[in-house]
Amino acid sequence: MISKEEVKHIAKLARLGLTPKEIEKMQKDLSLVLDYFNLLKDIDVSRVEPTSHSISRLGSFLREDKAIKRSPKEVQKLIEAAPEKEGRYIRVKEIL
Amino acid sequence: MELEDLTIKKAHQGLIEKEFSVTDLTKTFLERIKKLDKDFRSFLTVTEELALSQSKEIDSLISAGHEIPILAGIPCAIKDNILVESVRCTAGSRILENYLASYDATCIKRLKKEGAIILGKTNMDEFAMGSSGENSGFFPTKNPHDLERVPGGSSSGSAAAVAANLAIFALGSDTCGSIRQPASFCGVVGFKPTYGAVSRYGLIAMASSLDQIGPITKTVEDAELVFKAISGKDLLDSTSAESRIQNSEATLRGVASDSRIQNLKIGLPKEYFAKGIDPAVEKIVKSAIKKYEDLGAKIEEVGLPYSTSISLATYYIIMPSEASANLARYDGIKYGHFTKEGKDLFDFYLKSRKEGFGQEVKRRIMLGTYALSAGYYDAYYLRAQKVRTLIKEDFDKVFKKVDVLMTPVSPTPAFKLGEKMTDPLSMYLSDIYMGAVNLAGLPAISIPCGKIGKLPVNFQIIGNKFEENKIFEVGLFFENL
Repeated sequence: MISKEEVKHIAKLARLGLTPKEIEKMQKDLSLVLDYFNLLKDIDVSRVEPTSHSISRLGSFLREDKAIKRSPKEVQKLIEAAPEKEGRYIRVKEIL
Repeated sequence: MELEDLTIKKAHQGLIEKEFSVTDLTKTFLERIKKLDKDFRSFLTVTEELALSQSKEIDSLISAGHEIPILAGIPCAIKDNILVESVRCTAGSRILENYLASYDATCIKRLKKEGAIILGKTNMDEFAMGSSGENSGFFPTKNPHDLERVPGGSSSGSAAAVAANLAIFALGSDTCGSIRQPASFCGVVGFKPTYGAVSRYGLIAMASSLDQIGPITKTVEDAELVFKAISGKDLLDSTSAESRIQNSEATLRGVASDSRIQNLKIGLPKEYFAKGIDPAVEKIVKSAIKKYEDLGAKIEEVGLPYSTSISLATYYIIMPSEASANLARYDGIKYGHFTKEGKDLFDFYLKSRKEGFGQEVKRRIMLGTYALSAGYYDAYYLRAQKVRTLIKEDFDKVFKKVDVLMTPVSPTPAFKLGEKMTDPLSMYLSDIYMGAVNLAGLPAISIPCGKIGKLPVNFQIIGNKFEENKIFEVGLFFENL
């Protein structure tokens, strides 16, 4: 079983607030699923390359690094979706 | 035949022969949704105004004597993780409860261009994480064949809506069976295309190397029509690609002609019929496959040792890892729910996400963050990616010998609401026959082939990548029997 401290550490990395009850439940649930992963332990992968993408290699996806211009209406809609804003700026809590 | 029973093909016929108008057709479905969906709860948002204004446009095209595309005037439902401009898009999550889509997904752009009528957005497991529809942040959808049972998931509302005749077809998304499994539980056709065959632009991402949009329909023929309309390369999704279907018109299709079916080699992976499957499901699936054998197809047992439990374990490392990264964007700043209580930025993140996400989503974010964290990366994520290579190679080998594979979709028919909610692992296991297809990026279709009591059972046809045309042809043999 993974420890309470470990769950808290992972939750912090994930920027996820959890109640004490959720932490306890998470300990149990995560352990259960992590145990299931033991199925993969005995598979010999010493000479196998990892696959991150099923169809082709990552390099072939890359396009020229050039901005694609979108309509001002679309840009406006994206900004409007933010809850806190000032003009065309999105407001966040102070970080410094 | 009542309007609500029509397939795409038949509705199109009726529209061009002016037996009824698009507005008649659309109103039939809108009224059915109003009257019946309080029992099934398959819709989260009904876009009545949009549907009626679209209908009017197509009606005027028809009365002006224009030729219309096959999907023009056909009412459909869209899974609520696919963006429709200016329509609420929740992905089944409270964190997006009031989010209005800023633009159309590419598949929606294509459907609108064809003239398909959008009736509304369908319920789903939150962020497509679930196999029963019960993880919706709003309410669970019920199975139209038995209201005490789940419709499957995560495209729960899309499958239920088509099964209950609340739409002629629907779009879903499939990351590990989320189109195929609910199609089976609801007794409709569900098709998961080759990874990349349909653009993911405008699909709310869960696991980007696995997610794929596809149709849920009443017939195989309809699934092909919708697939043709929404598929193809898109500059806005660099992983998208052209499928071979686009130039497959010339092949002899859907007719069980002696030579075509006698040349067909069907592989039966023995791992999919091992212990764990409900014997009644196995019997129905095997009798469907027997029909191909009776027509002269060659059936061959094949081995795919990594395709069931090993694939599921691999999936449950790769999917949460990708999801934990994808869901980092829900920070309460750019859009979606935000807390009113954050002390500082860090606290604001913690609370916004705590308040907005449901249990299963939190579980998968945690699992993925764990699998990617320092010290565990090699043991979990990297190992899973290596096993993924083996899974892919397994299929590559088998497709040198056979044209398609046939398997069950789910080990059981639809289960009862609440039955698997307390044990996440038992819920995950209901997708044991699904994950390998996504990990290898293959196309697969789920087709109704029988019932246990009132509960439908589907079988699955898996094809090699970009061989959608073969899957449709083989599926049509069965449909036309």
